[in-house]
Amino acid sequence: MKLLSFKKGIHPKEFKYFTCNKQTEVLSIPDEVCIPLQQHIGAPCNPIVEKGDEVKTGQIIGRSESFVSSPVHSTVTGKIKTIDSYLHPAGTKTQMIKIQRTGDDDWQLLDVPKNWQLASTDELKSIVNEAGIVGLGGAAFPTHIKLAPPEEKKIDSFILNGCECEPFLTSDHRAMLEMTDEVLDGMAIIMKVLGVKKGYIGIENNKPDAISQITRKIQKSDYNFTVIPLKVKYPQGAEKMLIEAVLKRKVPTGGLPMDVGVVVNNVGTAIAVANAVIDGKPLVERIVTVSGDGVTEPKNLMTRIGTSFQKLIDECGGLKEETTTVYMGGPMMGISQWDLSVPVVKATSGIVCRTDKSTNGTSYPCIQCGTCVSACPMFLLPTKLARYSEHKLLEEANKTGILNCVECGSCAFVCPSNIPLVQWIRIGKLKVGEMVRSKN
Amino acid sequence: MDINAILISMVSMGGLGILFSAGLSIANKKLYVEEDSRIVQIADELPGANCGGCGLPGCNSFAENVVNAKIGIDGCPVSTEDAVAEIATIMGIEAVAGEKKIARIICRGGNDETAKKADYHGIQTCTAAKLMGGGEKLCNYGCLGFGECVDACPFDAIFMTENGLPEVIKDKCTGCGKCAEACPREIIEIHPISNKLFVLCKNHDAPKIARTVCTKACIGCQICVRAVDEGAMFMDNHLAKINYDVFGKHPELPTEKCSTKGLVIIEHESQPTEQISI
Repeated sequence: MKLLSFKKGIHPKEFKYFTCNKQTEVLSIPDEVCIPLQQHIGAPCNPIVEKGDEVKTGQIIGRSESFVSSPVHSTVTGKIKTIDSYLHPAGTKTQMIKIQRTGDDDWQLLDVPKNWQLASTDELKSIVNEAGIVGLGGAAFPTHIKLAPPEEKKIDSFILNGCECEPFLTSDHRAMLEMTDEVLDGMAIIMKVLGVKKGYIGIENNKPDAISQITRKIQKSDYNFTVIPLKVKYPQGAEKMLIEAVLKRKVPTGGLPMDVGVVVNNVGTAIAVANAVIDGKPLVERIVTVSGDGVTEPKNLMTRIGTSFQKLIDECGGLKEETTTVYMGGPMMGISQWDLSVPVVKATSGIVCRTDKSTNGTSYPCIQCGTCVSACPMFLLPTKLARYSEHKLLEEANKTGILNCVECGSCAFVCPSNIPLVQWIRIGKLKVGEMVRSKN
Repeated sequence: MDINAILISMVSMGGLGILFSAGLSIANKKLYVEEDSRIVQIADELPGANCGGCGLPGCNSFAENVVNAKIGIDGCPVSTEDAVAEIATIMGIEAVAGEKKIARIICRGGNDETAKKADYHGIQTCTAAKLMGGGEKLCNYGCLGFGECVDACPFDAIFMTENGLPEVIKDKCTGCGKCAEACPREIIEIHPISNKLFVLCKNHDAPKIARTVCTKACIGCQICVRAVDEGAMFMDNHLAKINYDVFGKHPELPTEKCSTKGLVIIEHESQPTEQISI
């Protein structure tokens, strides 16, 4: 059978073998956690606790009145040490709450209905909001907003994203194998909230064990989901690509998945929803893949949010001497780190340590080969966009569709001249965005 | 060669030339567009760099707007006082003396002063470095040192020193504000030339952190704020700022005690000793 996929895209080496067969280990609860008040797209939270306060595991410590936002919770039981700005893995300093652990977990759980199947959608939505659930695939968009599409958008399908197309990362893969029930329950809850009947699970074909396990569980349960094996290709896990592959629908330029009647959520998000709605547990932990040739013993770790990267890497035997780069996230879209004291945030799907020596940044002139054009899954002209951005031709860049770039990095990956295309396009996007906003 | 061929071609080409020139001269008369002669005169007085400092597309457009009384004669931040006076004479109005403005670099954190956090290999511009976790230097507020302001300056009035900080050449700077617009960290400010007193730092970090990121950071000790009249200086989140309206054009340093010597009077601008190409 021909596997489904989208057009264009690239085939980076997978490197999943480091951790794909390793059972997730639970990382011991750290003595100190540092919880950023912004771990999502939208308005940052304001702290609602003060220095010296006692907090329980799962207690809300920061929230915002803004609609596009998501509360943050304490991930240990302890005492607030400081509220100050610390380094965030995104590279800048942001407000964080440092909590000193004082003892074992004393959970503050959410009020949940005994049987979620009988609960109202509003009730479920508010649980998802209170649990601080955001998209755990990496973008960290607040889930409760995705679950509340405007009236005029009729949602008919839901896709669970189990692609995990970034090299190295295996946290979703392990989650599908080890927490299959939660994945399916979470998916059912999301579908109930959205009121959709058709549910698809898109999984890349390099995870045959996950595909068979989920298919088997679905057959045993009353759920009526369709598992769709997909071709191994990057960026298969990007929302728009996944919709194109599974449903053959094209999200219009500048549009959202809801414009074509689809909502996409990550496997990790489904688990978080299931934990919140069934057990009343807010989002305080996630699976983080620590992988790469730069770390002694790669592992999948169930980690409390706010644990420092250093603790995770120590758990994996530390960095090798020749390690050159540490990324948060995969090597394609991840952010390189310069200080390992940064905390794990909700969007940290992995920590990838490389010994790659080729990161000296030398780039050569464009030879007009067009490789980037044939790689771009959004059908853009990366070389042209990068040049417009370089020469500050913002009007032209806007007309050529720079704002549609999803920053997947395919163009820069294939460029034989090693031109930092995505970086130029990001600069251009920032400036074009400013220009468009100032015009309105 | 047959002499006739040469003659015929000369006559025919010459004839064509006369015919077209006649056509053009008629068209010139018939289709002549009446243009205010003052526009050309004013445009001659303007710097002609088309820098856009006035908010219009270029110098000619500025001249048109002056003639149509849509913008004041002192609307060009670049023009010298003499030029403004000249424009005033052309327009037949009295010139209002405007003060010359100049760009000031509000940061002294060069490569020697700031701590470095990592090697940056990406695109060598300030905006790119800022997007990639804030560049090489540890300070989150100071100069990134890639010289985007130098590229933005239409008058070649900024150069990078060896220490990796931009420096403004006083005589060349016209105060058009292009550099301030280009700087992603907003450390360049346009000030009237009579503002001589500055706190040359933009760091809002707490004192303990500010000390570690840069040897010349304002550590918020407030000595200067206490030394001046109330309201003349104020603290804004660990950073001393000057209120020029209250302070007036005071040329004296209110206190010698600034612990990082960041509160200074700028008297002379140095000339480029050695220009570094970017």
